[in-house]
Amino acid sequence: MADNYANTADKSVLWDWLTTVDHKKIAIMYLIAGTLFFVKAGVMALFMRIQLMRPEMEFITGQTFNELITMHGTIMLFLAATPLIFAFMNFAVPLQIGARDVAFPFVNALGFWIFFFGGLLLSVSWFFGGGPDAGWTSYVPLASREHGGLGIDFYVLGLQVSGIGTLVSGINFIVTIINMRAPGMTMMRLPLFVWTTLVVSILIVFAFTPLAAGLALLMLDRIFGGQFFIPGMDGNVVLWQHIFWIFGHPEVYILVLPAFGIISEVIPAFSRKRLFGYSAMVFATLVIAFLGFMVWVHHMFTVGIGPVANSIFAIATMAIAVPTGIKIFNWLFTMWGGKLTFNTAMLCASSFVPTFVLGGVTGVMLAMAPVDHLYHDTYFVVAHFHYIIIGGIVLGLFAALFYWYPKMFGHKLNEALGKWMFWLFYIGFHLTFFVQHILGLIGMQRRIYTYLEGQGMATMNMISTIGTFIMAFAVVLLVFNVVYSAYKSERITERDPWDARTLEWATNTPVPEYNFAQTPQVRSLDPWFYEKVHGDGTMKPAEPLDDIHMPNGSILPFMIGLGLFIGGFGFIMMNMENPIVPPLLVVILGAVLTFGSMGLRSIKEDHGYNIPLERIKKIEKEAS
Amino acid sequence: MADSVDMTKGLPSHPERATLDGKNKFLGFWVFLGGETIMFATFFGTYLGLMSGTADGPTSSDIFSLPLVFIMTMILLTSSLTSVLAMFAMKKNNFKGLMVWMWVTVLLGASFLGLEIYEFYEYYHYGLGYTTSAFASSFYTLVGLHGAHVLFGLGWITTLLIRYRSAGITLTNAPKFYVASLYWHFIDVIWVFIFTVVYLMGVGG
Amino acid sequence: MSQWKRLLQYLTAASVLFVLAGCGEEGITALDPQGPQAQWLYDNMLLSLYVMAFVIIVVFVLFFIIVAKFRRKPGDDEIPEQVEGSKTLELTWTIIPIFLLAILAVPTVTGTFILADTDPDPEGSEFTSGSGSSGEEELDEDEVAEDGVTIEVTGHQYWWQFDYEEGFTAGQEVYIPAGEKVEFELHASDVMHSFWVPALGGKVDTIPGITNYLWLEADEPGVYQGKCAELCGPSHALMEFQLIALERDEYDAWVEEMSEDPEEIQDTGEAERGHEVFEEQGCIGCHAIGGSGSAAGPTLTNFGDREAFAGILEATDENLEEWIRDPESIKQDNDMPAYPEESINDEDMDALIEYLQSLTILEDE
Repeated sequence: MADNYANTADKSVLWDWLTTVDHKKIAIMYLIAGTLFFVKAGVMALFMRIQLMRPEMEFITGQTFNELITMHGTIMLFLAATPLIFAFMNFAVPLQIGARDVAFPFVNALGFWIFFFGGLLLSVSWFFGGGPDAGWTSYVPLASREHGGLGIDFYVLGLQVSGIGTLVSGINFIVTIINMRAPGMTMMRLPLFVWTTLVVSILIVFAFTPLAAGLALLMLDRIFGGQFFIPGMDGNVVLWQHIFWIFGHPEVYILVLPAFGIISEVIPAFSRKRLFGYSAMVFATLVIAFLGFMVWVHHMFTVGIGPVANSIFAIATMAIAVPTGIKIFNWLFTMWGGKLTFNTAMLCASSFVPTFVLGGVTGVMLAMAPVDHLYHDTYFVVAHFHYIIIGGIVLGLFAALFYWYPKMFGHKLNEALGKWMFWLFYIGFHLTFFVQHILGLIGMQRRIYTYLEGQGMATMNMISTIGTFIMAFAVVLLVFNVVYSAYKSERITERDPWDARTLEWATNTPVPEYNFAQTPQVRSLDPWFYEKVHGDGTMKPAEPLDDIHMPNGSILPFMIGLGLFIGGFGFIMMNMENPIVPPLLVVILGAVLTFGSMGLRSIKEDHGYNIPLERIKKIEKEAS
Repeated sequence: MADSVDMTKGLPSHPERATLDGKNKFLGFWVFLGGETIMFATFFGTYLGLMSGTADGPTSSDIFSLPLVFIMTMILLTSSLTSVLAMFAMKKNNFKGLMVWMWVTVLLGASFLGLEIYEFYEYYHYGLGYTTSAFASSFYTLVGLHGAHVLFGLGWITTLLIRYRSAGITLTNAPKFYVASLYWHFIDVIWVFIFTVVYLMGVGG
Repeated sequence: MSQWKRLLQYLTAASVLFVLAGCGEEGITALDPQGPQAQWLYDNMLLSLYVMAFVIIVVFVLFFIIVAKFRRKPGDDEIPEQVEGSKTLELTWTIIPIFLLAILAVPTVTGTFILADTDPDPEGSEFTSGSGSSGEEELDEDEVAEDGVTIEVTGHQYWWQFDYEEGFTAGQEVYIPAGEKVEFELHASDVMHSFWVPALGGKVDTIPGITNYLWLEADEPGVYQGKCAELCGPSHALMEFQLIALERDEYDAWVEEMSEDPEEIQDTGEAERGHEVFEEQGCIGCHAIGGSGSAAGPTLTNFGDREAFAGILEATDENLEEWIRDPESIKQDNDMPAYPEESINDEDMDALIEYLQSLTILEDE
């Protein structure tokens, strides 16, 4: 084996980050990229709310507004929530199962760079005549070649590329969790966050592939004249909706299940109690994921699929409330009888529970197919899914950020600022979205850029806009907190600043690149807590201290991503009026870059490097 | 430890799964094929939904020529068989057998692809362009995607064959060959479905 | 004290809901239902709200007890009992929700089928108490269908076309008889739209290449605001229309008037000139009047009766002029060309408006 010991310190910082395959560094890159996209889409939301502040405002035009809703939704789901969740999965999952890295470190980096370049491709649409404007669902015919502008091509190719990144990351997590667990870490001892990661990764494999197929159809329609969605050529408009929602509904669970997992980590840690009904929680996760694939038609109750199908899908949708209810009550009873510490992480995690219930009950109301004819495509729906996404996913992400931050960066975030952030965000959130339920019921349909005077919608829209600004201010506070804490917060070197329960807290802070000097032997659920109570407070090693074999960094993932970006852009150029460079040439350039890098990877084998024993001993000694 | 496989008695009986790396590749690839299956299922669904939408263009029974498709099917099935023989050879540590059977697989795959291109050419001249109708678009997309998979598989296996032309069977390349042959089987299984759903149903109405 | 702050916040929010329940504008809001379908939707929304309120209360009460009771005191290092779970409790919160959902599942299924039965019925819908085509009446399906009103709806970017069985077309405003179950046959010409009259019932999408059906019934005569509820382009927000319910005899009279060719133009000089302008400018190329002319734009047969211009503007002469002068500034991306002063001078514009306003069908007003 090659023994060319490569220390990361020998490389320049930029090169190190561009080539890293370390799951902890990739996690931080996901975190930064996700935050940037989150802020960007948040600013779009502010613009939209300013436009809707008063009836018949003329702040932005209908066309711009449509581009904003599309980009806001698309970015928030694909380029903000997904990478932020991946950030915590990447960071926590290998540590929580006692592994040195993920199964395919190279593929992990590949997933990040492909996602990143896909997001970039979508984002550059603003410089080429405007963003996509057919909503994040891009329903045909509005998105087909006859009616949709160039922006839709950026949507199609951008999502296609970033979807590949998400897909390979999902495969990677599945293999990691199944093959890379430390000895004794049985499936029923996995932390719930790992369980949800596993289930979500399976969902990704089965949901992002139909999306890839659907986007391919739309691309063929737009660029090569495919007739799938053209009624005059015997195509079918509703086909797109089926394919999109077969992906789209599981996508909701892809985002919300990891949040469930985070909550299931944070609540036990700050209640000092094990998760109530662990096996029921696992079972509920599996049932939710399974049912998540059986309910896509509930997005299409008004399409005219027929009463039989509508009834079946309505009942299936309602059924999801049962496992979700199990989770809610299990969280409540985890806290019941515990010793609760309300720091920022716990505030976010615990308030998640009642907030998510508010989003869940409107979900059941929406599941009643006939009454959905009233709610469908109104602000009632907008309110519902923001309660799920913000009240569920974003609160979960905030909890995860405050909880894992010390392990990731070696210092805590400021608590006082954190609590201000939480309360402002929480109040702003309810102010923004609660009234939107009623707006929907009094006749405000979704995706409208303005509303007429005298329809009774002015006051509540004003309230909603004010709430949005309060939320925006809270996010500014959070960003300030990150900067402030980086300079002012006390450095920590202890392993376990929260007195928590799972394996990631058994590693040194900061986490060395090999994570665990010796793979730990797991003896129980919540293994770290178990050793603290029943053992001597350290993990029992499952192997002798020895050299550790690690994979080399590589620039190829970056190059493959870049190639896909260029190739995708080439396809979009085929629809441009004056592309300057022949589009086919650009496509070929991208393909050569991508497939060439893949070939290079195949031909030039990477044997990795060994970290010698003395160095490990030195690092371990410094840390303790 | 991951790489501590006892090699003193020659290769282990399953060289492709002997190391953790090999196990990961093995599992990861199965998961990938699971995703591919769903993707193909979506295209099958699209085809089934649109197959009657011929919009005054040729219909499936107008154009499909079963003898040709049958020959193509036989060629692809045989190539699947030869890749199995290659895997048997690999397990018996017979490197030469592995190489020979894999090259035969590549040749059969290439002739399948040639026939498919000929087939599309014929249809095109009969009046079934890509944009003729929803049926035409979905037919070319589904079958063409399969063809693209065959092409990718050929490129992949050829790369492996050239890269390891004189390396012998090792714990590094055994999983690679194994996974490539798995991919080849997958392509074959998809073709069986295409033969049934597209061609047999298309001719039988 | 933070838990009380939060409690207060939720209580305010909840009371706001009930205050606003009577809010919104009559004729638009679904919270003031004006027909049997809307009433049924409203009732079942309340039913689900009550069931869900029960769930919310249970969760919130538990949550506040927990927050108040189980806080860790400073310096308290005791480890609480590590409870694994409880079969009884977990079964409880599995089975009770199933019962709650069963309560909602029954109206869900029955309602779905009643909504899907769109056959028109002058007696009113199944939701209308005391009438409706139940029992023996179902045998006379043909007869019922003959009497009932079916209206073809076509969604265009960004206006609505209504074709009646009697062979005439109306644009932007759809007239129906009050107290009858009316069937709508829904089409779209370009992209998807969704046909929605919130005060009367649910919405159904209009889809190119596919025909959908919807029924609505208005209890009382009146004007009801309609909306497009599916994103259809830049002016999606402005694709509103009016549904006007008339008493049956008035409706019959209206249908008869609409079916006739309007040969006699009220020749009040200025309107006469307006008619000439209308023909000179080629308006007829898109806007038909009484069956003659193209249907590329909304029919103007009964333009003088319009409750709103372009679906959204108050029906005044000034608004009409503004619309004709520069439609793009009002509805982005719509098909109507602009007629600035160079093409129609002020005098002709007044005449044109006079003419258009004279195109009335209804007797009163």
